[in-house]
Amino acid sequence: MSSSGLLANEVALLFRRRRTWAMLLALGAVPVLIAVAVRLTSGPPTGRGPAFLDRVAGNGLFVAITGLLVCIPLFLPLTIAVVSGDTIAGEAGTGTLRYLLTAPVSRPRLLLVKFAVAALFALAAAAMVALCGLGIGALLFPTGPVTLLSGTTISAPAAVLRVGLVALYVAVSLLGLTMLGLFISTLTDVPVGAMAATAVLAVTAQILGQLPQLDWLHPWLFTQHWLGFADLLRDPIRWSEFGQNALLQGGYLLVFGALAYGRFASKDVLS
Amino acid sequence: MTALPEPGDLAIHTTGLGKSFGKRRAVNDLDLAVPRGSIFGFLGPNGAGKTTTIRMLLGLATPDSGSISLLSEPMPAAASRVLPRVGSLIEGPAFYPFLSGRSNLIRLDSANHESDASTRGRRVDAALDKVGLGKAARLAVHAYSLGMKQRLGIANALVNVRELLVLDEPTNGLDPQGTREVRHLIRVLATEGTTVVVSSHLLSEIEQTCSHVAVMSVGNLVAQGTLEEFRADGRRVVSLRTPDTGVALAVLARLGLEARQDPVPGGQDGVLDAALGPEAPEPERLVEELVAAGVRVRGFTVQAASLEERFVALTGEGFDLVQ
Ligand SMILES: Nc1ncnc2c1ncn2[C@@H]1O[C@H](COP(=O)(O)OP(=O)(O)O)[C@@H](O)[C@H]1O
Ligand SMILES: [Mg+2]
Repeated sequence: MSSSGLLANEVALLFRRRRTWAMLLALGAVPVLIAVAVRLTSGPPTGRGPAFLDRVAGNGLFVAITGLLVCIPLFLPLTIAVVSGDTIAGEAGTGTLRYLLTAPVSRPRLLLVKFAVAALFALAAAAMVALCGLGIGALLFPTGPVTLLSGTTISAPAAVLRVGLVALYVAVSLLGLTMLGLFISTLTDVPVGAMAATAVLAVTAQILGQLPQLDWLHPWLFTQHWLGFADLLRDPIRWSEFGQNALLQGGYLLVFGALAYGRFASKDVLS
Repeated sequence: MTALPEPGDLAIHTTGLGKSFGKRRAVNDLDLAVPRGSIFGFLGPNGAGKTTTIRMLLGLATPDSGSISLLSEPMPAAASRVLPRVGSLIEGPAFYPFLSGRSNLIRLDSANHESDASTRGRRVDAALDKVGLGKAARLAVHAYSLGMKQRLGIANALVNVRELLVLDEPTNGLDPQGTREVRHLIRVLATEGTTVVVSSHLLSEIEQTCSHVAVMSVGNLVAQGTLEEFRADGRRVVSLRTPDTGVALAVLARLGLEARQDPVPGGQDGVLDAALGPEAPEPERLVEELVAAGVRVRGFTVQAASLEERFVALTGEGFDLVQ
């Protein structure tokens, strides 16, 4: 009858929390800062700073891309860690978990709803960076047809679509971490602990990804494709990295989804 | 204490229920039988295992041993069918502090897969009114006092029509006025046919409201039955006022009574108290013997042991009854 009642309520709750907006605004501030910095200086010499930065002054649309690139190693994972680490542990910590479960909502459904909401946040976070980047880019810099990495030029509306694609790529990239956070969240009644552990994992995975000695491990790291959206900025678009990333993230969803279920379904709720 | 009702008439029936935390046996071999329609007092000092039992009843914790039947359905297997018919308050209220009382109840009700979204707002408002929170409904919960949170927790149990209410220490943190209101509410609900289980470490709550009681002590069920049975099971106590305490003590001892002399301020008469066991002579025989021995009997009363004395006898002295 009201099978979507809890989901709707949880989504509304997510966007009603001050914490959510604080994180989204902080993320949105990143491209704004980048754009302002570039505008105030005459632009960095080519070859220094994050990729795409040298293109910003030429075309405002690149602010969004640069913003996403800057946010993905740390800022985005941090916010994902906060939201996903809080999912179950937060309910346990406030004691509301026992009242949700006796309402009753079945444990698998609660996990699903919590994951869906955290995934929605990942999408909102990536979209926030992209939208703020597009906005401030249009405000401070010339916009117009964009020259892609492959050398071809596309119209501004088509370029906006590409920015949307990159944001989607980034959101998908964060799903594995989101499920990892959900799993960790079932292990404890202390939300801050789950958030911290999730954030530490995101950073650790990136460090491991830098070590050539661990080559064999790299394809299995959920961070492996995080920066790999350049192919979406070519003409024609090369989808192979998008596909590999989606597959990898899907694998993380399955494995850690199963672990979260296994843990949570049999857990004594004593908080 | 007496023959248990038929299982079909039971709202809650557990057999051999047990749960350990590490080495600590929190609940041990518990056979609980809560008749439908009763107001069931679930009594025991802090740490007796009441909350742990309730968590197992509601499917929050898995028992190590034993079985549970809740509203004639097995738990936890039938949780999704049974729990919509059960309202509960478990170890105190818990809410999102930044949401209003009303939003918190809406949220919990939307988690209930059987509840009707179209009547949700109306049901929540009615529940809030029932516990006297109508005016504070839109206030954020962090601004609630402990007693208001407790009321909100009870309101949450009342948002739907329930066959069974399980209220764990429902009057914790309430002022005397609030306590009276909760007692009244419980009686009203019971007359409407709801079975109500009230757990408490406070005896006074139980004896004023309940039809049945069970007493737990360190994980074990030590008594269970109607309140009358519970009272009647208690021994009677005689109290004798006399100046001849020495002789009286001797006489009572000869009759097999162990008497204790109460200090009496400012009088020359002493007061002796003795419990009347099942084998003890009738009170009139005691008086006869005392008088025959030359004891000047100036006062003689026989009283049923108070429920409190009975409770202490069952659970041991080691805790504060009237905290
Ligand atoms: N989460 C827990 N971990 C370990 N021991 C617990 C836990 N919860 C309760 N206990 C123990 O179980 C026993 C019963 O506790 P509880 O059911 O809360 O008693 P009551 O509700 O009657 O006061 C106590 O000895 C308590 O220490
Ligand atoms: Mg308790």
